[in-house]
Amino acid sequence: MSFFSDPRWGEAFAHLPDYLGNHVRVSVTALALGLLISLPLALAARNRRAMRGALLGLASIVQTVPGLALLALFYPLLLALAALSLSWIGVGFSAFGFLPAVLALALYSMLPVLRNTITGLGGVDAAILEAAQGVGMTPRQSLFQVELPLALPVMMAGIRTAAVWVIGTATLSTPIGQTSLGNYIFAGLQTQNWVFVLFGCVAAAVLALAVDQLLALIEAGIRHRSRLRAIAGGVGIAALVAATLVPQAARSPSSYIVGAKTFAEQYVLSALIAQRLRAAGFSASSREGLGSNVIFEALSAGDIDVYVDYSGTLWANQFHRTDIKPRGELLTELKTTLARQNITLLGELGFENAYALVMPRKRAEALAIRSIADLAAHARDMSMTADYEFFSRPEWAGLQKAYGLQFRTQRQMQPDFMYAAAASGEVDVIAGYTSDGLIAKYDLVVLDDVRHAIPPYDAIVLLAPKRAMDEALRAALAPLLGRIDIATMREANLRAAGGDGAASPDAVARWLWEKVGK
Amino acid sequence: MENAPLIAFAHVGKSFAGGRGAQAVRAVDDVSLAVAQGEFLAIVGGSGSGKTTLLRLANRLIDADEGRITVEGEDVRAVDPIQLRRRIGYVFQSGGLFPHFSVAGNIGITPKLIGTPPEEISARVDELLDLVRLDRALYRDRFPHELSGGQRQRVGVARALAAKPRIVLMDEPFGALDPLTRDALGDDYRELHRSLGLTTVMITHDMTEALLLADRIAVMRGGKLLAQGTPAELSRSGDAYVGELLRTPRRQAERLNALLPRDGAA
Repeated sequence: MSFFSDPRWGEAFAHLPDYLGNHVRVSVTALALGLLISLPLALAARNRRAMRGALLGLASIVQTVPGLALLALFYPLLLALAALSLSWIGVGFSAFGFLPAVLALALYSMLPVLRNTITGLGGVDAAILEAAQGVGMTPRQSLFQVELPLALPVMMAGIRTAAVWVIGTATLSTPIGQTSLGNYIFAGLQTQNWVFVLFGCVAAAVLALAVDQLLALIEAGIRHRSRLRAIAGGVGIAALVAATLVPQAARSPSSYIVGAKTFAEQYVLSALIAQRLRAAGFSASSREGLGSNVIFEALSAGDIDVYVDYSGTLWANQFHRTDIKPRGELLTELKTTLARQNITLLGELGFENAYALVMPRKRAEALAIRSIADLAAHARDMSMTADYEFFSRPEWAGLQKAYGLQFRTQRQMQPDFMYAAAASGEVDVIAGYTSDGLIAKYDLVVLDDVRHAIPPYDAIVLLAPKRAMDEALRAALAPLLGRIDIATMREANLRAAGGDGAASPDAVARWLWEKVGK
Repeated sequence: MENAPLIAFAHVGKSFAGGRGAQAVRAVDDVSLAVAQGEFLAIVGGSGSGKTTLLRLANRLIDADEGRITVEGEDVRAVDPIQLRRRIGYVFQSGGLFPHFSVAGNIGITPKLIGTPPEEISARVDELLDLVRLDRALYRDRFPHELSGGQRQRVGVARALAAKPRIVLMDEPFGALDPLTRDALGDDYRELHRSLGLTTVMITHDMTEALLLADRIAVMRGGKLLAQGTPAELSRSGDAYVGELLRTPRRQAERLNALLPRDGAA
């Protein structure tokens, strides 16, 4: 099959109006807000040395915060503000998606605008300023007729830099619930769908270039006082925004929103739930690629209606429990704890997706390693690799304590690459996921946790507070409960990692339903 | 000619804060000077003599610390500085033209600020281009970077005259030009000064230029006014510095006379 006849291109294009539209909306709003804040600040600061230093310093500090972290920080901040606003003035707002993304991106856009505006205004020849005064201009006339026009090229360079940064960084707003071109990239990375990754990157780059050129056109128009060019650029940007509003208006809002975290299994399960809801006659859409701290809050706040989480994850991360209970007991207690927050634990899907220490079968057999206890004796000579969060999770502390594990080296890796790295012998042990299909594919083995250091991780369906009494929703999802065993989920996950047209989450979800629905 | 001077400085002083920790610099020190209506006054001095500061005090580009300055009989402190500047023409060193305005835009700026209707400004711009001997059709829509130094300064003069001021202040207007252009422009301006009945104060470091153009010359050094008067009056001044300033043009004149015989082809 040739590269371009891959059916995933078609699928990618089908998402384009939604993803691109959201991306343009969030970027343009953020840029506009950033300009609205930065330009007056720069004007106020241009003749005040202390303020100028403070502003540029602050903006530089913001710039050093990685984009992903900045976006993620705004979510809890807004969540707290929303709670305050609700309790004080009775008006709440959604701290999810658009708002935190716009605020973080606007903040991100400020440095180049501030710096270039201040530099541009400071670079205007003193003799010209004196001439402006000498011919009888007021300070305001001097600013608008002389200083700003002369500083414009430098200012526009800053604005264009900001636009390109914002459009690029907006791809990172996917995990906080803002749909963007980042959805392609996050989904593609998780499901090894390189067509999606490429598509997302190219689309973001093309958008950035297009906006940059439109701004350049406006700049040239102002500089050469060609109203035609300035208007053409302005119309271009307005048209871009308007075009993205059309599909939004045409689409009816979904009655159910299904959340998914940032890995393949979650994409498949959210697709499956959405399919079941549609089969029951509802409209449903997926909100994918949400960070694991964001998704629970989004459910509590009602920004999403339903998603699949794992008992051990909630136990340890959400409720900060370090004690480990048997599977059933933990589930019962979790259910009561969740009920206190009005969240419904609808039931288990039937499989566990636990962290597990995994190594190549041949190596394990050669060293006679069957359990983590056996591994502990060899660990000092071995390297260990896990996803980005494992080493800071309580499970790792628990494992170290229970088995006295000490590895030669530890490092972090994108989960999709871990299994291949283990299979090739590049790393000795990985912290894999028990439901991952790649374990079988690469002939790896899961080491027994004989001392029960890792809590159970039953996949459970959670419903938002506002859906607690929704009998139709419960009925639509009931056929999934207890039906998906570990072998089936592993095979589904393996299919999802297949890297071809049959590997799309939707296709795998349909296959899964064929298997378990009958 | 009226008796009341059009511009008068009375015991004017101005100091600038020095650099960090340095003493304040007395740029203008107790200067009293009157410019009569229709007069062409040149202020001559080296750099740091305070001549530019004195000129800027007149249209309140800076404000005096001490003394009193009157323009057209009014104390400048009692006048809105913006309005004051709009009715005084100012020619800047090397033009001071706005690089993003065309020649017409530069010339018409003060009338535009005053609110003169566009058609009137346009007609006035053409009139001024004729006055400073620039071809309307050729130069009207050019930008400053497309002009020679002399042309730029002609536009600068036209801009200063645009709002029909009675007073023109000139800050080393011809200093950066080649001798031929400088000569032509000086003569042209002198003629405008006469025909339009202007009162002109020009700053220069070049005594020869001052002698050739001005009715009266004021000499400044270290913020103080050393001498003032017609060339003949100046030459009688006992001040050593004034004598030194006059020596150069005298020697030049003698050597030129010797080198270029009157009956020779020049």
